Amino acid sequence: MKSKIISRVFVLGDNVDTDQIIPAEYLVYSLTKPDEAKLYGKYALSGVPFNESGLPNGNIKFIEENKFVSLHDIIIAGKNFGCGSSREHAPFALKMAGVQAIVAESFARIFYRNAVDGGFLIPIESKFKIKDKIDTGNLIEINLVSMRIDNICKSTSFELKDLGVVKPIIEAGGIFNYAKINKMI
Amino acid sequence: MGRTITEKIMAKSAGLAKINPGENIWLNVDILMTHDVCGPPTFEIWEKEFGDSAKIWDENKLVVIPDHYIFTKNTQANRNLELLKNFAEKYNLPNFYPPFTEKYKGVCHIALAEEGYTIPGTVLFGTDSHTCTSGAFGLFSTGVGNTDAAFILGTGKIWERVPESIQFIFENKLPEYLTAKDLILQILSDITTDGATYQAMEFSGETISKMNMDERMTLTNMAIEAGAINGIIQADDVTLNYLSGKTCKEFEIFTSDTNAKYKKVKIYDVYSIDPRVAKPHSPDNGELARNLKNVKITKCYIGSCTGGKVTDFVNAAKILKDKKVKVNTFIIPATKRVEESLIAEKIDDKSLKQIFIESGCILVSPSCGACLGGTEDTIGRSVDNDIVISTTNRNFPGRMGSKEAEIYLASPLTVAASAITGKITDPRDYL
Ligand code: SF4
Repeated sequence: MKSKIISRVFVLGDNVDTDQIIPAEYLVYSLTKPDEAKLYGKYALSGVPFNESGLPNGNIKFIEENKFVSLHDIIIAGKNFGCGSSREHAPFALKMAGVQAIVAESFARIFYRNAVDGGFLIPIESKFKIKDKIDTGNLIEINLVSMRIDNICKSTSFELKDLGVVKPIIEAGGIFNYAKINKMI
Repeated sequence: MGRTITEKIMAKSAGLAKINPGENIWLNVDILMTHDVCGPPTFEIWEKEFGDSAKIWDENKLVVIPDHYIFTKNTQANRNLELLKNFAEKYNLPNFYPPFTEKYKGVCHIALAEEGYTIPGTVLFGTDSHTCTSGAFGLFSTGVGNTDAAFILGTGKIWERVPESIQFIFENKLPEYLTAKDLILQILSDITTDGATYQAMEFSGETISKMNMDERMTLTNMAIEAGAINGIIQADDVTLNYLSGKTCKEFEIFTSDTNAKYKKVKIYDVYSIDPRVAKPHSPDNGELARNLKNVKITKCYIGSCTGGKVTDFVNAAKILKDKKVKVNTFIIPATKRVEESLIAEKIDDKSLKQIFIESGCILVSPSCGACLGGTEDTIGRSVDNDIVISTTNRNFPGRMGSKEAEIYLASPLTVAASAITGKITDPRDYL
């Protein structure tokens, strides 16, 4: 696991559900065939109502026209990120779009498990409501050792919650690696 | 301190004498269920991770029920069905229910119950968020993603956090104008969509003990809408009657201790609840049906694991009998068995099917259908600025197809009443 992630940030609201992260009509694509898998990047967050896409002002495309990868490797969101279906396609789509970490006030359980166990990206809970204090496009540094997030554009800094009991799984890069390291399989 | 039913089942599954909420423990899984959307990627991950030594931990405990994208020309969707078929043949899977054959069932969560896989006291995981439905049978059930499912497939084990429990007690007998759907929509309005995140929702009280299994499943089905790990109802005679003849497995019935520790206890008198609707775009955006009587609708949808069971259609038929619908009204039985019951079940001397046809409804073959939008050629899918009232469980933007559509969630009674007037209607107007 890296100790720092630096990127432009994409800011979203509360209750971003899995239908917004990857609409159901795209779930038919293969996750392993490369030419189909990259479509998950293209359609990541395509279900988010446009006026809420890239807060505070919205109307920002997460993925630009004809692109498969986002300019934003970090997402900041409000509470209950990833609620809805159990589709692992959701963290997968965000990973394909290049997302490395999501900082949210809280995560829905299945999305959180999928992100961690699949080793797709790092879900981090913020200690406070920070989505209103950071704008889409701001340059952000997440320090995974001190568990802080710095907004380089605004010179502000916020504490993050510890990764907790799942930290070893995140560090291993997913449940299979974790189980192999620990000789469980 | 006493323990909850969820804690007791998890402790037994983990082989531990004592467990505490908040702890992560390794569970031994009794049933793993998957369907056409998540089955193929689960099997791919399993084959990749376990390599040549890949072995299914127990074929008898794997249940594969395709249901999401069935009646479609979409090539990728059909490829998924093909992949499942090949996999089932390769590994000789005993519990595979493929479409376009005698074995086809329909929506997985209801099929699991009909086929007797929902055994009290056991642990059931599925690659679908509404796997919590099975908790109506007094078991621990919850949804996971493909990677977790692939891990279970190879090991029979998975980690889970022991949840704290919230108890919901319902007092008095459900009046004729209310259904379990109204109760769960009331709860969602009260606690919101993350009100039970990482917690167990336990339902009990006089109302629940008098409910049939269809209605109980409506409650546990929507536990995920509050973010819960699982929903659960203690098994009783109603449960045992439902299961009799469906399974010959021996099982243990667990109950919560009277001094069990709950995070919260909420008590409802059902007489103080009115027919409810969840407005767009969230299941917790609640309102009384009668306060929305000026909302015009363009479509009605009665189906899904939440609102496509026999009891749901009996309720809808009660209202639609000898009436005509004003807007397109789709009837999608969850499973083949439910579809057959539409002919067998009668009100006075008319079958439910007859009632629906005479009232002008559109009958659709059993599957998930447009509950999750489906592919472009899915019958009942919302288009453009449709305003839909539906018995399903989610009304997020785009959930039933069009991103511009508005979806209102309600009970089968309320949806049927609304179908007659073309506006959202309190079912008491027709009872
Ligand atoms: S009917 Fe709807 S909610 Fe139920 S399993 Fe199918 S898609 Fe999911």
